[in-house]
Amino acid sequence: MSTATATYDEHHEHGPDKGLIRWITTTNHKDIGTLYLVFALIMFFIGGAMAMVIRAELFQPGMQLVDPQFFNSMTTVHALVMIFGAVMPAFTGLANWLIPMMIGAPDMALPRMNNLSFWILPFAFTLLLSTFFMDGGGPAGGWTLYPPLALQMGDGFPFMIFAIHLAGISSIMGSINVIVTILNMRAPGMTLMKMPLFVWTWLITAYLLIATMPVLAGAVTMLLTDKFAGTSFFNAAGGGDPVMYQHIFWFFGHPEVYILILPAFGIISAIVPTFARKPLFGYSSMVYATASIAFLSFIVWAHHMFTVGMPVVGELFFMYATMMIAVPTGVKVFNWVSTMWKGAMTFETPMLFAIGFIMMFTIGGFSGLMLAIAPADFQYHDTYFVVAHFHYVLVTGAIYSIMAATYYWLPKWTGNMYDERLGKIHFWLSTISVNVLFFPQHFLGLAGMPRRIPDYSVQFADWNMVSSIGGFVFGASQLLFLWMVIKAIRGGEKASDQVWEGANGLEWTLPSPPPYHSFTEAPAIK
Amino acid sequence: MTHTANDYYVPHGSHWPIVAAIAMFMTVIGAALWFNGELNGRMVLFIGLGLIAFMMFGWFGTVIHENLQGMYNDQVDRSFRQGMMWFIFSEVMFFAAFFGALFYARVLSVPWLLGMDSGFTTHDVLWQGFNEAWPTNGPGDVGGEFEPMEAWGIPALNTLLLLSSGVTITLSHWALKVGDRGRCVLWLAATVLLGMTFLGFQAYEYIHAYTGMDLTLASGIYGSTFFMLTGFHGMHVTIGTVMLIVITLRAAKGHFTADNHFAFEGVAWYWHFVDVVWLGLFIFVYVL
Amino acid sequence: MLALVTGPVLADWGLLNMREGVTSTSHAVHDLHMIILWVCVAIGIVVFGAMIYAMFRHRKSKGSVAAQFHESTTMEVIWTIIPIMILVSMAIPATKTLLAMEDTGEADMTIKVTGIQWKWKYDYIDGEAAGISFISSLHPDHNSARLLGASRDTDVLRKQFGDTYLREVDNPLVIPTGKKVRFLFTAADVIHSWWVPDLGWKKDAIPGFVNESWTRVDKPGIYRGKCAELCGKDHGFMPIVVVAMASDDYEAWVAQQKGSAEQAAAAADKTWSKEDLIARGQDVYRTNCAACHQVNGKGLPPAFPALAGNAILNDGDASRHIETVMNGRPGTAMAAYRGLLNDVDLAAVITYERNTWGNDGGVVQPADIKVAR
Ligand code: HEA
Ligand code: HEA
Ligand code: HEC
Ligand code: CUA
Ligand SMILES: [Cu+2]
Repeated sequence: MSTATATYDEHHEHGPDKGLIRWITTTNHKDIGTLYLVFALIMFFIGGAMAMVIRAELFQPGMQLVDPQFFNSMTTVHALVMIFGAVMPAFTGLANWLIPMMIGAPDMALPRMNNLSFWILPFAFTLLLSTFFMDGGGPAGGWTLYPPLALQMGDGFPFMIFAIHLAGISSIMGSINVIVTILNMRAPGMTLMKMPLFVWTWLITAYLLIATMPVLAGAVTMLLTDKFAGTSFFNAAGGGDPVMYQHIFWFFGHPEVYILILPAFGIISAIVPTFARKPLFGYSSMVYATASIAFLSFIVWAHHMFTVGMPVVGELFFMYATMMIAVPTGVKVFNWVSTMWKGAMTFETPMLFAIGFIMMFTIGGFSGLMLAIAPADFQYHDTYFVVAHFHYVLVTGAIYSIMAATYYWLPKWTGNMYDERLGKIHFWLSTISVNVLFFPQHFLGLAGMPRRIPDYSVQFADWNMVSSIGGFVFGASQLLFLWMVIKAIRGGEKASDQVWEGANGLEWTLPSPPPYHSFTEAPAIK
Repeated sequence: MTHTANDYYVPHGSHWPIVAAIAMFMTVIGAALWFNGELNGRMVLFIGLGLIAFMMFGWFGTVIHENLQGMYNDQVDRSFRQGMMWFIFSEVMFFAAFFGALFYARVLSVPWLLGMDSGFTTHDVLWQGFNEAWPTNGPGDVGGEFEPMEAWGIPALNTLLLLSSGVTITLSHWALKVGDRGRCVLWLAATVLLGMTFLGFQAYEYIHAYTGMDLTLASGIYGSTFFMLTGFHGMHVTIGTVMLIVITLRAAKGHFTADNHFAFEGVAWYWHFVDVVWLGLFIFVYVL
Repeated sequence: MLALVTGPVLADWGLLNMREGVTSTSHAVHDLHMIILWVCVAIGIVVFGAMIYAMFRHRKSKGSVAAQFHESTTMEVIWTIIPIMILVSMAIPATKTLLAMEDTGEADMTIKVTGIQWKWKYDYIDGEAAGISFISSLHPDHNSARLLGASRDTDVLRKQFGDTYLREVDNPLVIPTGKKVRFLFTAADVIHSWWVPDLGWKKDAIPGFVNESWTRVDKPGIYRGKCAELCGKDHGFMPIVVVAMASDDYEAWVAQQKGSAEQAAAAADKTWSKEDLIARGQDVYRTNCAACHQVNGKGLPPAFPALAGNAILNDGDASRHIETVMNGRPGTAMAAYRGLLNDVDLAAVITYERNTWGNDGGVVQPADIKVAR
């Protein structure tokens, strides 16, 4: 630790540049991590603002605020911004901040490329959002961009496609960096099976990303040439098939949803033991479960397509394979519960969010399992039941884990404690409102309300109003989160190096805030 | 703190990444405008591409410089190698998407349109007149009559060319490893030559397809898969050839030593990858 | 078993739970849904129960001291095996239901369903109703109520339309009760999905391909549904209404439809007056074209071009106009209406467009369409 502090003082060669240039040219994993996190937060608010438009239009039946085309583009861009702009960059930001500190490395393996993978993102999302101002408006074919509908988009079409290409390139480079860092930069003695689970889950996530983002790039490239170069990939008259796009898309898309949750599993596996003051139960089975989930994720994609008219053997195969994912995921849930069992638990804000995660993610997992049952999915598919499912796993899953991580590591990053009382208020407000927001959507879906519609029949009015009210409260609660983060950055009670009584791991051996270069000299691993 | 050979080299801030990001941004804006029919988009596109080239010179120049200064230890070298491997893996998956499209069309969609398997209603109700199996431009005869590409002419020759280029680059590598710079450069130059010949033949093949065979990108699913697969492959061969030229020059300048030549190996892997993809293409696009 | 007990009770949950529907398939699906729902609830109680117990008993403030165990192969094996067994027991009924649903053999009649932005076309392929064909779109009253700015609150909508707001069409699909009806689904432009919850399934309508499904409804009644796959601007306004009729009523309906079909055939051979064409064309236009080109003919540029004052419509030679409407514009939302409208309707809508909103493009007769075909 003394070496680390010493390095910190030697600003002359390795300290940061000043001002804006520091952030634009930085090759430092912490600076880049911060950039990612700030970017993700901005995107979360932009995507959230679009969700607010959706919920406001759906507040009551009848068309009140926006026209249907604009509504559809709100839905589409809301999802694209949340997934590619908020959750993925947030996880990458956490990876940047934490992985080098967790494995005892001085920085990420390829620092310049690290900077590039971040700086592509603002440009990519500028492109995407600029389509709103072009003839024909923003993309309105759903985030899945199914042809032929997606091809009907106006002038914004190629801009949207290239935005996806750029975001994909950024993810691929980010993932290469993560994998190489983990495989090549561990301190001596940090064997693979000693790595924190967050590192493990990110290793596997990065692998998923490198394997699937290029496939998405291929899929949207085919959309581009179908529109502009006369190819017939998705056109039956030329011998292609619109459903082919769906297969290629979901070959990416399903692993993608695990990309959005595996790092979350890692975060929860760090937080629960800390506040239960007990080692993580079943470390190695957690690793194997993560790997199994990743493997299975490649062979379940067509559960998004049960109604496209696949041959029945295909439907059966994808149904069985999908159901299998409940097993390794269950192992994770059971292990977390066992970690809490007979612990000495306290409930600081990170732990509250972690517990909220476990419960509500599991609820989302259950509805996922119901969706996996092909004949039942013939009813559920493309209804609000699906919307409820994926918001439980995404909002109370992915987003909750990111909030938990922020509360957990913020004192380490800034050196200041956040406001614990406000944190608890934020948790309870969010948790109550998010259930008011998304639980009734199960009912709506079962009762027959399709998704992606701007207006609906009057019998759905009550639950939609409830859901919208929940949405507004949940959205407003996030302003509290913003305020708290800003407050902690600007000052507050000083945090100790260890921060949490039960915390374990190399990052807690560094000072809070940590030196500019984490471990210039490899730490000793017990 | 100064760097010793034992330290992992962490560069100080660099302006190349932001140049790269802006260059990519301009490139795609230009391309998008062009696709939308705004011809001045091409200008933006070319400026963007020029900027990318400039950035590459600068960025790689810096890296080469640092390397020659001895700032990289073995661990850095390993990072580069692993990074390159994972990059190639991502490229493999990019091609996998297009191969997937080809297999899907040949094994599923075209047979369904022909009324095979579960597709008989599709055929009866919508495409009764359709009866031509692969290679086909679909029941709508999209793009009109065309002549499919023959495997045993130029493509077979190209296969030979690429395979032998795989041999020559390996010979060059062996020469490098025993420190024989002259032979190393010679074999590299041969590899470049083979690559360029390949590209020349392919260009000829494309021109012939468009002018003599009415086979275009718009010739239904056959034309689409044919040109997208071979086209992206050709693009990669072009990139590979440029990289080969660069390392040929660098080898000639004596940048590589018997045990420190990551750039050489990275390019060689890339070249082998391009090779293997071609084999897949030759079998599935041309022969079968 | 569980489902048998709870099913009837829960049917009253009405707007909370899945509808039971009126076919054997929908019942099977509903039962399956209830089984998995209760299994999930049961697992949830166990898992959350254990968690909550631990949270209350093993908290530091209660003086709990952390144990240090962190592994148990026995436990790991148990909680791998039990879920697998639960899953297998769910997969068995699911497989059975699925196989039954996909068996479209031995149908009594076949109806072809075509999804079009944003309406459905129904063609009766065989049986006594063979040849009947019509387009079904959102009922005009609902259509005007849903426009932006028509802004009514929930009570007004409820009073005016009851529970059917946005779920009423101009021409419902009519099927006989007690017959196995096979459906063939396809689409003219983009992917749609045909979904009537009471029948128990949905199926995508894919342009260029045909999907199959079947149903048998025993209880006469009106069953409502919606397009379930995002298909563009008016995806939310593409309802489905199925009327199941006992055989007498059904036969009467068929006879009446055939009568009007014959009239239509006769009508195609005669020469029409401009006024009649325009009057008829207005109806055709409102149901088929106004969604994009708007009632006032101004379209929604740039996505949907204005027809008012459009050069193609004012050209002395109508052939470009006829060609556009009949063949559509590939790669745009403008579908080919050749197979969707008959000669008279095509002539009528074209004549209407050419003589409204200040256009002055002359008359097109059904005979001209026949030539163009
Ligand atoms: C973080 C993202 C995430 C995660 C983790 C999941 C997890 C799962 N998802 Fe979800 N899903 C989405 C995001 C996600 N999903 C999204 C975004 C969509 C919609 C895309 C779109 O169309 O726009 C979607 C849609 C979707 C569909 C398609 C629905 C349709 O369109 O008709 C299906 C169908 O099978 C499905 C299934 C599952 C399953 C089985 C899991 C499993 O991984 C869940 C496993 C977890 C558990 C089961 C709970 C814990 C387990 C136990 C406590 C053990 C014991 C349990 C049992 C034995 C039951 N999902
Ligand atoms: C990680 C992904 C993610 C996240 C975090 C969210 C978050 C939210 N989502 Fe989203 N959603 C998706 C992924 C996500 N969603 C996807 C993939 C789809 C499918 C798209 C498709 O069909 O193609 C979808 C679709 C979708 C729909 C269905 C739309 C339709 O089918 O037409 C709805 C409707 O309620 C919805 C609502 C919300 C709400 C209310 C939130 C809230 O959690 C958001 C809360 C955040 C904020 C509100 C921002 C913070 C606050 C402010 C900006 C201050 C101002 C606010 C107030 C003063 C109130 N989402
Ligand atoms: C789903 C939307 C949609 C519907 C419904 C629709 N159109 Fe169109 N129409 C379009 C679009 C989009 C174009 C522009 C095509 C293009 O860009 O070439 C168009 C173009 C036209 C044109 C040519 C105008 C020009 O300037 O090129 C005519 C004429 C026309 N439509 C008539 C009709 C008629 C008649 C109907 C109904 C029977 C109809 N349209 C229904 C979307 C629609
Ligand atoms: Cu048709 Cu949605
Ligand atoms: Cu999935």
